[in-house]
Amino acid sequence: MPESQPASQPASQPQPLISLQGVTKRYGEGTAAFQALKGVDLDIMAGDFVAVMGPSGSGKSTTMNILGCLDTPTTGAFLFKGVHVENLDRDQRSLLRRHHLGFVFQGFNLLARTTALENVELPLIYRGEARKTRHDMAMAALDKVGLADWSDHTPSELSGGQQQRVAIARAIVTHPDVLLADEPTGNLDSQRSIEIMHLLTDLNQTSGITVLMVTHEAEMADFARTIVQFKDGLVERIETGHHRRAETA
Amino acid sequence: MLWTTITLSLREIRRHILRSFLTVLGVVIGVAAVVTMVTLGNAASRSVQSQVSSLGSNLLTVLPGQGAGRGGGAQLPQPFKIEDVDAIRGQIGGVTAVAPQVQSTQTAVHNAANWSVTVNGTSDQYLDGQQWALASGRVFTPAEEQAGKSVCIIGDTVKANLYPDADPVGTDLRVGNVSCDVIGLLAKRGQSGIGGDQDNTVIMPYRAVQRRFTGNRNVQFIMVAVDPRYESGPIQDSISQLLRERRSITAGKADDFSILDTKQIADALGGITGTLTAVVTGIAAISLLVGGIGIMNIMLVSVTERTREIGIRLAIGAVASEVLLQFLVEAVVLSSLGGLIGLALAFVASALLVIPLKMPFLWEPQINLIAFGISAMIGVIFGYFPARRAAALDPIEALRHE
Repeated sequence: MPESQPASQPASQPQPLISLQGVTKRYGEGTAAFQALKGVDLDIMAGDFVAVMGPSGSGKSTTMNILGCLDTPTTGAFLFKGVHVENLDRDQRSLLRRHHLGFVFQGFNLLARTTALENVELPLIYRGEARKTRHDMAMAALDKVGLADWSDHTPSELSGGQQQRVAIARAIVTHPDVLLADEPTGNLDSQRSIEIMHLLTDLNQTSGITVLMVTHEAEMADFARTIVQFKDGLVERIETGHHRRAETA
Repeated sequence: MLWTTITLSLREIRRHILRSFLTVLGVVIGVAAVVTMVTLGNAASRSVQSQVSSLGSNLLTVLPGQGAGRGGGAQLPQPFKIEDVDAIRGQIGGVTAVAPQVQSTQTAVHNAANWSVTVNGTSDQYLDGQQWALASGRVFTPAEEQAGKSVCIIGDTVKANLYPDADPVGTDLRVGNVSCDVIGLLAKRGQSGIGGDQDNTVIMPYRAVQRRFTGNRNVQFIMVAVDPRYESGPIQDSISQLLRERRSITAGKADDFSILDTKQIADALGGITGTLTAVVTGIAAISLLVGGIGIMNIMLVSVTERTREIGIRLAIGAVASEVLLQFLVEAVVLSSLGGLIGLALAFVASALLVIPLKMPFLWEPQINLIAFGISAMIGVIFGYFPARRAAALDPIEALRHE
């Protein structure tokens, strides 16, 4: 499936992979209600590398939850590959995540006391892959993040950078269309952070995975091709064709 | 998917081996208690039945009166005479032996030792009917029986107390005021379970007992051995019919005698032990219930503790039913493992307990299968609620959980 998604879409195909149309999100009821998103319009093309930025409370996390099909908009439309996600039920959204999305979190979120290989195999179990296929695909993903030799180590035996790389391997093992990374370098020092960003850039370029990354560090956002700036529940500014640091480095 | 889930849950159990063990301890103890109780109860029933049938299989005892429960003040029923014994022997088919029994408790003395014994006056058919072999010596001859000679056959207990080291056959034994020749020694038979020590007996021709001890011509009981090829019911009916005629009981009047069937006694006693077993098993089953609640408790704690893990699984694309299945399978695997451990424990406990209780060891697969099934079911019942709670978690909230 990802092979059918070239890194750069031809100009003749303007259909965006992801499209948010007038998305609002309100939490709570009555006077306690909080309007997190006030009408977000955003198109993301396949193969893009998007950094979502903005101060806390600006709505970037809410937007990421909606894009990750973990949450639904209060009003507005969210189209993923032309499918209206806002109309899908909980299990349908789970299946969409299973087949098309990969997640990387700030806190790594690996299963404790579980080896790197078993962690990476987890999404494949839900996809019903056979044991042998699971093992081969998981090893390939670990190899891609440079941890093939660490497959039998548990998270507590790995450094933070290594744990995040295992998490990335888990996210890409199913060859997803989109990799959603929520502050992937938030818990890492700058050297580890840059290694992780290089890895994400590489996956974006060589595997053609669309990367959506939330960050508040301009240094990390520099790796992205598109920067989306949020403010007060709205998209404040979209900077496309960003001069990517990775390409010059 | 199910197999993978089972593998995953086994992995999870292995990761928390101590906690898992403590979780299922209730089920372990519950299953062990229930299975041990049932196994011992069955063994007790069997043991009682075999002890009763050691009184003689297919034996009928005919005795005057209507047994226990008869109101006081009634006229004593007419005792049996030897003619009744002869009539049964002569007119009832399907019986292998009919013997009178005239009993008396006497003190037996040999050398300086004395011992209280039950003197059993009967005929040579008694031992046949009882299928009671002699250890040595001989039974009395028809001539000795007819003449009521003072000859006796002694039981093993009598021999053990009066002849610790010597061979009793051929010696003189004083029973009460009578001196009699010991002509035989009975094989050891043991406790009857209801009638005390069967071996504490001295068997003499009934005429001798009537003449020397009881002083009348009454026969206390009549022992009838039924041919194993026949049903005892119809034979009981014909004996009853015959005795009613002989005792001139008119139609509509109740019998003034009763017929006891050892088989019926065995069944009745087995029934009593069965009821006791059911009661004790019921009490033991409460611990199974407590065990189930223990599983639910720990599974709820486990769901809370693993909220983040559930969040990860949901984010990765697990649907609610898969999370539910995972926790349900975990509970079922846990409780089934507990059940297996409980069965093993029950096996060892029953095997050891039957030794001092002197009961047979009966390991019945049926109760084991049922207990195992119940333990698995406890996992389903008490695992469902925590599993449903896990499946209903919101992925965003779950991922944020510390």
